[in-house]
Amino acid sequence: MLLEVSGLDAFYGQNQALYGVGFSVDEGQVRTLLGANGAGKTTVLRAICGMVRVGGAVRFDGRQIAGWATEDVVRLGVAHVPEGRGTFLRLSVEENLQLGAMTRRDKTAIAADIEQVYANFPRLRERRSQQAGTLSGGEQQMLAVGRALMLRPRLLLLDEPSFGLAPLIVEELFAILRRINAETGVAMLIVEQNAALALELAEHAYLLETGRVVMDAPAAVVGADESIRRAYLGY
Amino acid sequence: MELLLQQVMAGLANGAIYACMALAVVMIYQAIDHLNFAQGEMAMFSTFIAWQLMAWGLPYWVAFMLAVVASFAAGVLIDRVLFRPVQKAPILSQVVAFIALFSILNSSAGQIWDYTVKSFPTPFGHKPMFGSTLIDTHEAAMIGVTLGMLALLYLFFRGTRLGLAMRAAAANPESARLVGIRVGWMTALGWGMAAAIGAVAGMLIAPIVFLEPNMMLGVLLYGFAGAVLGGLTSPAGAVAGGFAVGIIENLAGTFIPYVGRELKLTIALIVIVIVLMFRPTGMFGRRVVSRV
Repeated sequence: MLLEVSGLDAFYGQNQALYGVGFSVDEGQVRTLLGANGAGKTTVLRAICGMVRVGGAVRFDGRQIAGWATEDVVRLGVAHVPEGRGTFLRLSVEENLQLGAMTRRDKTAIAADIEQVYANFPRLRERRSQQAGTLSGGEQQMLAVGRALMLRPRLLLLDEPSFGLAPLIVEELFAILRRINAETGVAMLIVEQNAALALELAEHAYLLETGRVVMDAPAAVVGADESIRRAYLGY
Repeated sequence: MELLLQQVMAGLANGAIYACMALAVVMIYQAIDHLNFAQGEMAMFSTFIAWQLMAWGLPYWVAFMLAVVASFAAGVLIDRVLFRPVQKAPILSQVVAFIALFSILNSSAGQIWDYTVKSFPTPFGHKPMFGSTLIDTHEAAMIGVTLGMLALLYLFFRGTRLGLAMRAAAANPESARLVGIRVGWMTALGWGMAAAIGAVAGMLIAPIVFLEPNMMLGVLLYGFAGAVLGGLTSPAGAVAGGFAVGIIENLAGTFIPYVGRELKLTIALIVIVIVLMFRPTGMFGRRVVSRV
């Protein structure tokens, strides 16, 4: 298993947000965390990256990383596209991409990977020297994904990639994510409110409710079960 | 007219020092979002170290370089030892820590080197520049060194990966961590660079105001005024602000009756208040807009 989470608790100050959450993502797999607002989806991603106080076990590639500093987790090859995209708004598009490769030393490979990002997202190439803050929401989301890929991650954590984007842009983004997964074999853990979309891309889904995993099933099963869809996924 | 020109030139020379201090102030402000009230005392202490090294017989430039390197190291150390522990503390606790650092440095300098005024050499001499009496070689060198440091900083921040990482860490610490930048070390580096810049400023101004533990009090105030005037988020703005404050100070001292020498320091405070009232971001600063 690439990522194996078990008995994960998470805390914001005195408030506990996760209760014994367990799930896993295998090498090259795409899995999704679904659930209503406030169920704790974002917290799970933040817990993996050492951005909240946690208890329990997070194993990445066999190593126990719960409680590690964020930058050390990132250096293992975990790229996180956070809620709100985490764009460096005052820096240029290309500087944002270079920052994604900040932990790498191989200059020529970095340049090649920037080209690869531009090949995946041609609109970023047109805006390469523009300030990232001037990009549209869709372009910023693409930049955020591109920045994460610059790490050459083994695991990509995506927090609501469809948030605030026009439906057509969302379609395009998910198509690109699918292609990247197929081409590079990077594993993905996607948190989404747009469950239909996430279930199309992922092989396996976990359903989160008030900080607990209440369902763990193949994406096709979850998508086909009408009562689950109505009760939890709202479509 | 001759008097005006003379005062403007003299103002530029003083302004170079304020610009140096403003640059140091902005470096720290970018790294930790606060003003460092001990900035001046750090510079003073660095200057004493250089003085001590020269007293032991080292040549000027060796002492200069050693003092800059030692200041850089001390800046990093101050961050790791003193300010890391209070990083998440309320702002007033941090201000108290700054004031403590101020007192510690001021008193130790007095203890070690006593309060008698010492002269500090300049390698540039005090010969007239361009055959005129408007500005002497040391003053011209101060202006040159300040602009040179600004250019180096620009190249560092725009042209190197480390500079990019520092800018990212200052702009958005959480995102910076998510790309693997060690934000804590970037802050420490900011402290080190600010201390080194302050050391240069101290060694440049010491030949003019003479060396003693309280030499930087007024200078730091002008440095703050310059940084606020230029904008706390812009190194180039801080330098421009520093020069502007130097000129304003001199002109006001000469041409406004009653100001004279004694009330000149008040000018710095007036500048700070006026800027904060009418244009809090300064001349070149940017407004920080955050979404709720």
